[in-house]
Amino acid sequence: MSKGNMKQLLKGYRSKPFSLLVRILVLLAACITFAVLLFLIAYILIKGIPHIKPELFAWKYTTENASLLPALINTVIITFFSLLIAVPFGIFSAIYLVEYAKRGNKLIGVIRLTTETLSGIPSIVYGLFGMIFFVTTLKWGYSLLAGAFTLAIMILPLIMRTTEEALKSVPDSYREGSFGLGAGKLRTVFRIVLPAAVPGILSGVILAVGRIMGETAALIYTAGTVAETPKNLMSSGRTLAVHMYNLSNEGLYMNQAYATAVVLLVIVIGMNALSAFLAKRITKGKIDE
Amino acid sequence: MKSKVWKEKGMQAVFLIAACASIIAVILICVFLFANGIPAMKKIGLFDFLLGETWRPSNDIYGIFPMIMGSLYVTAGAIIVGVPIGILTAVFMAKYCPKRIYPILKPAVELLAGIPSVVYGFFGLVVMVPLVRDLFGGNGNSILTASLLLGMMILPTIIGVTESALRAVPSMYYEGALALGATKERSIFAVVLPAAKSGVMAGVVLGIGRAIGETMAVIMVAGNQPRMPRGFLRGVRTLTTNIVMEMGYAADLHREALIATAVVLFVFILIINFCIALMKRRSEHE
Repeated sequence: MSKGNMKQLLKGYRSKPFSLLVRILVLLAACITFAVLLFLIAYILIKGIPHIKPELFAWKYTTENASLLPALINTVIITFFSLLIAVPFGIFSAIYLVEYAKRGNKLIGVIRLTTETLSGIPSIVYGLFGMIFFVTTLKWGYSLLAGAFTLAIMILPLIMRTTEEALKSVPDSYREGSFGLGAGKLRTVFRIVLPAAVPGILSGVILAVGRIMGETAALIYTAGTVAETPKNLMSSGRTLAVHMYNLSNEGLYMNQAYATAVVLLVIVIGMNALSAFLAKRITKGKIDE
Repeated sequence: MKSKVWKEKGMQAVFLIAACASIIAVILICVFLFANGIPAMKKIGLFDFLLGETWRPSNDIYGIFPMIMGSLYVTAGAIIVGVPIGILTAVFMAKYCPKRIYPILKPAVELLAGIPSVVYGFFGLVVMVPLVRDLFGGNGNSILTASLLLGMMILPTIIGVTESALRAVPSMYYEGALALGATKERSIFAVVLPAAKSGVMAGVVLGIGRAIGETMAVIMVAGNQPRMPRGFLRGVRTLTTNIVMEMGYAADLHREALIATAVVLFVFILIINFCIALMKRRSEHE
């Protein structure tokens, strides 16, 4: 905006002080929002980066080094297995909703309602359910498997929704072309529609990875808080976020907590960026047509 | 040819079964939560449980009224902090933001939603608690701190939903108001925002849901004393934190009472979800 423009703008507001005030409020609110975000990230990075030391990545956790490597390994395992359970279910149900279900099907309404309910349930309620069902009723004990199953239910609505949107963004001409060439419905879905929707689906999956990485409340009473590298899927283990909570809760390892926060933040920012990049690719593809 | 038909039918059944997974999950969650929580409510007495003002597990006294009030206070505080800033920021994003910086700010809002709650809680613990203690006195772990932190955390929800609601208002509303001589602000706040009312409300209610369900961030800044909230600078315990604080060592009736706490929370969330669904239906009809 040039200086002349600015002057003209102010002149326009002279007789309307209220409008000017509102405009200032709008700008102020936006400034607060982004300043808070910037401050949070900058504060954690500045305080945390000096404390990232090699012993933080020691293979074994001891009370001296408060190593985060075991927690990181647990996080990767839980993430992998949650995705292994939730992604097929999420993609298949999205395929059913978009490609198969007929308009006005009563079941769709019920499925929509339940997925919306699932996405509104607080993580601590998932945690408690996981504890009652997987840990106690199925007798899995505090285990990575119980944590993975709990989180799989939690991310299911997210994967369903993003996959649905990705499938819907595939133009109908693709399907018609495929049918026209004599392909069946199944072939059309797997060979034509699904490949075209991959970037969108992937961006949803990565978003889900971000959710899993940051989850704490749902894991404390399902996967437990043991700070060691797991022997197998049935052993208990804390993820990075739970590790971070325990460190700051104990209050003895604040420096390590800062460093862990940096690692967690960097992972989550990276995931978000990757997801946004992939999401942009599908919208771009759409414009190209 | 016949095997192909079978394959088609078979896979369709597989898709259908997968689609029912979310229904099964909701049923399982309801059944197991209610089956474990309701008996405790009966044993304690529904009235004593919901409206009892004392929570003392060592004496088998389980009244969660302080926690219900705590959740309500903290959520109300988050709304007071987060809603005005969120809506105004959404207006900025939809109507004022220069095209060049929008591609930077939009992902920034999404990032705000992606930051783990334990990192928010940690930030609250090391920055906001001392800040509140220095500015307002008290020990810093208070309703005020929790409200400020939660207000921050619900911003992305409110901004996201409100922005898309504002963008969904036909541009002729805005242009018409401008053509009648209204200023840009008047056009937005007197014409566009009221037209987007139900979308904005849905965003606010979604924010309420997030605030009431938030656990880890609150537990780190709210003090967690199980007593009736007394003043904004005193500590408070919410429904969510009550569960995390005590589940680790609870047994028998205590454990069931904590599950019953989750049932109360779950019912709150169901009510909120119902409101959102209602509002969505209304905005679709408009």
